[in-house]
Amino acid sequence: MHHAAGDNKYLRTTVDAFDTFMFTPKDTTSGRGVHIRDGMDLKRTMIMVVLPLTLLYIFGAYNIGQQHYLAGGMQDIGLLQKFMFGLLQIIPMFIVVHAVGLGIEFIFAANKGHAVEEGFLVSGALIPLIMPPSTPLWIVAVAVAFAVILAKEAFGGTGMNIWNVALTARVFVFFAYPTVISGDIIPVLNDAGEIVKNNYVWIQNGHNFLHNLFGGFFEVNAYKEVMQQMVNGSIDAYSGATPLAVAAKDGFGALSSQWTFSELFWGFIPGSIGEMFKPLIILGAIWLIATGIGSWRIIIGFLVGMAITGILFNVLGGQGNVFMQVPFHWHFVIGSALFAMAFMATDPVTAAQTNAGKWVYGILIGVVGMIVRVINPAYPEGWMLAILFLNTFAPLIDHIFISRNVKKRVANVAVG
Amino acid sequence: MGKNISLKKGYNIKIVGGVTDNSISNHISTTYAIKPTDFYGIAPIPKLVPEIGSEIKAGEPLLYDKKNADLVFTAPVSGEVVELRRGSKRKVTEVVILADKEQRFKDFGKTDLASATAEDVKTKLIESGAWHFLRQRPFLVSAKPTDTPKGIFISGFNTSPLSPNAETVMQGKELEFQAGIDALAKIAPVHLTVQKGSSVTAFEQVNNATTHTISGQHPAGNVGVQIHHISPIRKGEVAWIVNMQDVAVIGKLMMEGIYHPERVISVAGNALETPGLYRVIQGVNLEELVSTTEDARVIDGDVLTGTPVAKESFLGFYSNQISVIKEGDEYEMFGWLLPSYPRPTKSRSLFGSFLSSKPFDVNTNTHGERRAFVVSGQYEDVLPMNIYPVQLLKAILANDFEGMEGLGIYEVVEEDFALCEFVCTSKQPVQQILRDGLEYVREQS
Repeated sequence: MHHAAGDNKYLRTTVDAFDTFMFTPKDTTSGRGVHIRDGMDLKRTMIMVVLPLTLLYIFGAYNIGQQHYLAGGMQDIGLLQKFMFGLLQIIPMFIVVHAVGLGIEFIFAANKGHAVEEGFLVSGALIPLIMPPSTPLWIVAVAVAFAVILAKEAFGGTGMNIWNVALTARVFVFFAYPTVISGDIIPVLNDAGEIVKNNYVWIQNGHNFLHNLFGGFFEVNAYKEVMQQMVNGSIDAYSGATPLAVAAKDGFGALSSQWTFSELFWGFIPGSIGEMFKPLIILGAIWLIATGIGSWRIIIGFLVGMAITGILFNVLGGQGNVFMQVPFHWHFVIGSALFAMAFMATDPVTAAQTNAGKWVYGILIGVVGMIVRVINPAYPEGWMLAILFLNTFAPLIDHIFISRNVKKRVANVAVG
Repeated sequence: MGKNISLKKGYNIKIVGGVTDNSISNHISTTYAIKPTDFYGIAPIPKLVPEIGSEIKAGEPLLYDKKNADLVFTAPVSGEVVELRRGSKRKVTEVVILADKEQRFKDFGKTDLASATAEDVKTKLIESGAWHFLRQRPFLVSAKPTDTPKGIFISGFNTSPLSPNAETVMQGKELEFQAGIDALAKIAPVHLTVQKGSSVTAFEQVNNATTHTISGQHPAGNVGVQIHHISPIRKGEVAWIVNMQDVAVIGKLMMEGIYHPERVISVAGNALETPGLYRVIQGVNLEELVSTTEDARVIDGDVLTGTPVAKESFLGFYSNQISVIKEGDEYEMFGWLLPSYPRPTKSRSLFGSFLSSKPFDVNTNTHGERRAFVVSGQYEDVLPMNIYPVQLLKAILANDFEGMEGLGIYEVVEEDFALCEFVCTSKQPVQQILRDGLEYVREQS
């Protein structure tokens, strides 16, 4: 560390981190080994992933606003208001995630005496995209701290972790604060006081302090009035259930009556911030393959595994499980399947590292994810669990292929 | 019957400052030197045979390694032994000879290759110091005369950046090359691998050798890659390698009985005023060959595997090129996001990869800092061998002996992994790690 930042190692680490972020260092090759180096480095690798995620944020912000005002039955809200509403919902979470995550990384880097590594740029961009937008910020902070400390730093930092950091944060919220993710069930009563149907209110329709600050712009008071009317029963509530929840509970009939395939594809539906706008996610996946950052083997394996399992379920039918009847191609557009495929499964550190292993890894994620999604009664989404499960087995998958290589090499000794 | 190998993986790095004019100029310098540091596995302090100040003829013993006193290193030129230079810990770095105007050669006698035996050939090679042209795979140390190699492998072309063209350097050496092959064929089966479409006269109609063809980008020209596809080295086996120009030197030794290690080298790079091809004698002083005005790095060898040397240094024993490139010790604002100048890259996320047919103006900047292994599949893209490079490197770092053996450490040396080091996003010192592993395994065996 070459700065006049004194003896304080935390200060030195921080200054060095910002310095190398703004300026590529002037270090030259040592002379032992290659004399010229490729122009690619880890910072650029990370930023290539963050770029498509940024676009998802933009759409996600608009969609949050859209869903918010839709739930309040308010039709005449402008595009800018919806976008700004969503943005002000996202920004506090984004800041908290980066402050907690980077703060912990800086502390660990300073203590170990090495540079702050760029891995968190991607994890930090992914975490807000997979959290429910109205998750309380303190839960987000605890989840990020858990993920960074236990799933990353405990193993040695960037490049050493077994489990996907962003998914670990989400799985923490899933197990520790389940109602936040699965949502509240609000029964709708008829006049006789009997339960007519259950609403899965996935997006809490509240406002945070930023929205209240600009209450006039966001028509907060009018919204609260409408909400009150819904609670009173004077108007029908908007269900707010996600397509995934509907399909899991009520099957394909209910799903297709509420949304067309096209509507699901274009993504103006309730859900996490990042997983909705499928065209952008698909473009993101193509971008990652084109730039060589994301493995095409994992992505195609994922699609193949998913399709095969979906078709299998369609064929098998399954009494009592209405989810199995959903045609396999619909599965791609409900829930976070494509997002998990493009940005979670392709994390190079936690995935299989051999080329052959990546096929097995991708296909198995597709299969396991579908199994969890369709057969598991408790939770209608499978990718988080499937990917973490396969993260655990990725080293074993690699080991199988590497052992074959070793055996082939060693076997020839006996002959020759 | 020779094999026909087609390699898909690899990457040719084109650098500004390549040799455009194929004419070869003769160059002699006043001093020549042998650098013991060119040879792996010998004691750091080899013994000098003649006294400082005494006269020596070309081919007479100059140095020997205590561990292998028979395998003498001989003088490349005749003259006066003027200096023994030392480095840290009294390690001998150079033995300098002030060359005669008129060269005098020790007479080893002509060899009748029709009747000579393997022993005859070996004795002559050892006596003349030409034995050291033969190196052993694995480990790349000097060959041991007592070993029985599975073959002697010669690569018929170079694919390293800025390397000289085989057709040009082998011009006029047809007879010597054939004589060299004949001599080596007595010792072990000779395998010559030529580039597909090559038109080197010396290689057409070669006798006493199996000719294989190979096509592909760098490192197709690496003899290690060729051996891997022709006859991979297993534990307990050795193969010997020789540079094609050194085969001609051996041939001349057999035909004329003199040791005259002449070769054609390229001196090229983007920090050089005039790149060119030169006919020199091994150990030539580089000062007059390298004319550069800017802050430059002079490399004995190619930009991927060579050793940085001072301008006043000497040509390495096994080198056939000198690369002179610009240093790159400058900051670049947001260099990773918006590169301010094109740089060679295999990554499709940088425009440089789409311009790879255009030569690059390279420098020695690392373009990033060292990180842990993150990206996977990157090394495999430029390594046309059936080896898992990252797992091998990790086995070395973990001192896992069985792991290293099982993953193929006997089949690779630094130059095979050089491209992996070049493309590495995490800027790992791959070749250094590999050499540490090779030394570890060599000591254990």
